[in-house]
Amino acid sequence: MRYITEFRDRALAENLAGRIRRAVQPDRAYHFMEFCGGHTHAIFRYGVQDLMPPNVHFVHGPGCPVCVLPVRRLDDAIELAEKHGVILCTYGDMMRVPGTGRRSLIKAKADGADIRMVYSTLDALKIARENPDRQVVFFAIGFETTTPPTAVAIKMAQAERLTNFTVFCNHVLTPAAIEHVLDAPDGPAQIDGFLGPSHVSAVIGSHPYEAAAQKYQKPVVIAGFEPLDVMQSVLMLIGQVNAGRAEVENQYTRVVTRFGNRKAQALVAEVFTLRDRFEWRGLGSVPQSALQIRDNFADFDAERRFAASQKQSREVKSCECPAVLRGAKKPIECKLFGAVCTPDNPMGACMVSSEGACAAYFSYGRQRAPKDAA
Amino acid sequence: MCLAIPAKVLSVEPDDMAVVTVENVRKRISTALLDVVAVGDYLLIHVGYALHKLSEEEAAHTLSLMAEAGILQEELDEISGDAPCVT
Repeated sequence: MRYITEFRDRALAENLAGRIRRAVQPDRAYHFMEFCGGHTHAIFRYGVQDLMPPNVHFVHGPGCPVCVLPVRRLDDAIELAEKHGVILCTYGDMMRVPGTGRRSLIKAKADGADIRMVYSTLDALKIARENPDRQVVFFAIGFETTTPPTAVAIKMAQAERLTNFTVFCNHVLTPAAIEHVLDAPDGPAQIDGFLGPSHVSAVIGSHPYEAAAQKYQKPVVIAGFEPLDVMQSVLMLIGQVNAGRAEVENQYTRVVTRFGNRKAQALVAEVFTLRDRFEWRGLGSVPQSALQIRDNFADFDAERRFAASQKQSREVKSCECPAVLRGAKKPIECKLFGAVCTPDNPMGACMVSSEGACAAYFSYGRQRAPKDAA
Repeated sequence: MCLAIPAKVLSVEPDDMAVVTVENVRKRISTALLDVVAVGDYLLIHVGYALHKLSEEEAAHTLSLMAEAGILQEELDEISGDAPCVT
């Protein structure tokens, strides 16, 4: 277990905590979903929950890209490396996620598959240039922050006529997931507002959340990553709930604007188009929630170049990762948590990724009876 | 944890590339997602791409918070290629 990090400016944190205590109405409960795994970790690392009054609760959301990728897509990636003999390039945090039968990329690599961790799509392109006789597939995962770099790589590959490079696209969309969580019948019993993601919003801006805020009458406050940002954003959410408002507000004005990074958005729109539906771990099949490569870039689409076999993919039995991702269960309600499932020996993606809620609970010592378990 | 990290532009190269530095680590990154980048700019870097420009004060503020939270070294290892992550 790691120690909870102290605030640099404890006085400022306590001042904010005092304002939050004074703002809450005692006869009311406030359940706020932090969508993003980065916020989950800030909340745990700094013990933000302990500074909240007892009627303010955090519900952990599905904003962990490694966590929401369904087992089937991971199995397909392993198959690309093992059966099709490609060089599979992946971001490092995918390596240890267990697929069907607890088979992971790192196990496939140990068994001889050519799987390489890359920091950037630029590294995957370099590998393709250096290995003209091999097929090189980039295993693309992530939300809107990570999608523009994949778009740039596909455009570069096209410009260079890099015919041995393709992308296995698994990019997903934040606003669609937020709406789905609000629609889900077995989701969290109550959500009174959202802490919106920081860097996703730097790309897409704050306006894509406006439709959901209005339709579901839930306030959204886009929050920076620092714990004081999170607390300030909670105060803004409480203000909205008390006033009966459901608006999109932006606490992270240092980086996020209403319309985001338009150049990045244009690149994404040029290369990708919406999928009708996409399977998410925990959320199931979500309409218009993910991207696929457009027809005019079909030569760079690994799904069109390599046929995936039919297979029975399944989660590790008893793993509650799907319910944790919906915000329907806390990690400590999973019987595997901390016993057979630990960061060193993970049974599910939520314990593997540093962004996952289970990893946050485990790392910061929330194994039992936290006051936020209510 | 894999956040974006602020870095300062040392040189601007052809094809939307730039060399940036943070805490004595140098890295070649893409600036294809930004319009105009100049030497001395501070950029927020995520998976090898600059996402956003920052002021010098904001970059310094973010770096000091990352150092304090113990996540700066993780990020530096990541951009040096030791422990790549995505989110």
